[in-house]
Amino acid sequence: MSHVWRPLFVALAVVATILCMRLVLVPDDFGIHEQGYMYGWHRKGNETDWKNIKVKYRTTAYCINCHKDKYLDIKDSPHAAIMCENCHGPALGHPQDPRTLEINRSRQLCVRCHFKLPYPNSARGGIKGINPATHHPEAECVLCHYPHNPLRAAVRKEAKR
Amino acid sequence: MISRRNFCKKAMLFIGGVAVPVAGLEIFNPQRLLAEKQDPAKVRWVFLVDTRKCVGCGFCVRACKLENEIPYDANVSRTWVERYVVTRDGKVHTDSPKAARDGFTTKAIDQAGKGMLEIRDEDITKAFFVPKLCNQCENPPCVQVCPVGATYQTPDGVVLVDRTWCIGCGYCVMGCPYGVRFFHPVYKAAEKCNFCYHRISKGMKSACVEACPFGARTIGNIKDPEDPVTRIIMTERVAVLKEEYGTKPQVFYLGMSKEVK
Ligand code: SF4
Ligand code: SF4
Repeated sequence: MSHVWRPLFVALAVVATILCMRLVLVPDDFGIHEQGYMYGWHRKGNETDWKNIKVKYRTTAYCINCHKDKYLDIKDSPHAAIMCENCHGPALGHPQDPRTLEINRSRQLCVRCHFKLPYPNSARGGIKGINPATHHPEAECVLCHYPHNPLRAAVRKEAKR
Repeated sequence: MISRRNFCKKAMLFIGGVAVPVAGLEIFNPQRLLAEKQDPAKVRWVFLVDTRKCVGCGFCVRACKLENEIPYDANVSRTWVERYVVTRDGKVHTDSPKAARDGFTTKAIDQAGKGMLEIRDEDITKAFFVPKLCNQCENPPCVQVCPVGATYQTPDGVVLVDRTWCIGCGYCVMGCPYGVRFFHPVYKAAEKCNFCYHRISKGMKSACVEACPFGARTIGNIKDPEDPVTRIIMTERVAVLKEEYGTKPQVFYLGMSKEVK
């Protein structure tokens, strides 16, 4: 009779090996947790892994601490809604290492909004815009316009330098 | 006297016999099943996009790429902005060059391999921009198809990807009906928007929301009736993408147009 049972023993051995391997390989915190069987299977520790990622954009509320003057400049201008880091890059590492922050004077930055697109029923059509081919194509916008308050005359500090 | 053969047989029987019920306990635990039925979460993150406000400046895409370390010049992005231009002849032209990382700075439509398409101003009947991102579906197919439990839903409704657990099979990339998933070129794992989980869990807003000067993007908690985003979703006519798939997307759109797919 024993030759009949032999395949069963082999099968059981395989199952046992797999279960033992599972015990070793699958981390303790792998399970369904609060979310349940349907969409919950995961390693609980991974939630913390994601939460621990460093925040890079600190938002204007952080910049105000040291640059109140610039904040006051922009606060009442048509650019008030633009956060500092849109033009200066994420503040992570600043002020410890000031060079990590950029001062983007490029024309490319301004034409994101200010190249006129002929879309009358979109908000874009309503923004004051230029035709970059005819409106001083060689110049950086900041030579004539003060980005922190475009209504004010440009400081032209850069041009004089 | 026990023979070696007999000993092996009995040992295997014993291990097998013990392991099977232990595994069974792990897989069917009635207490966990009960936990699943209750809904203890006080937070359920949702997103609201106002397509009427978006101007296609692309600041959101840029901020997302930098905040979440998506290689800046690689042609992948967690979020992108689509431009729709409908012409007089009824055709719909769409594009999203470089995911709109640098904004829309030309009138011409980028037709990928087929060059740029110039459209005359007088031929345009309507044009608008539509930001897209992961919908953090209530019934996420990407989670269902993941064979190893690397993609999962958190109790506050965000779908996350475990980079160390992802085996790179690509099922989720195929399974997502919205095409929001891709492979991260550095981590070599499935990647997608996670509502900036590291920010929202610290009480901040996602990077794209902070970066949008026009208020086209907002994030909120649908379980909080006082939340301004919740109020809008509850009181105004909002739409979701591909409702017919039954994925219950949690990114809501205001001012959605019928051309948007
Ligand atoms: S949008 Fe796609 S990736 Fe996001 S949760 Fe839904 S199915 Fe998953
Ligand atoms: S930042 Fe706002 S307005 Fe600009 S493209 Fe993104 S969603 Fe649209």
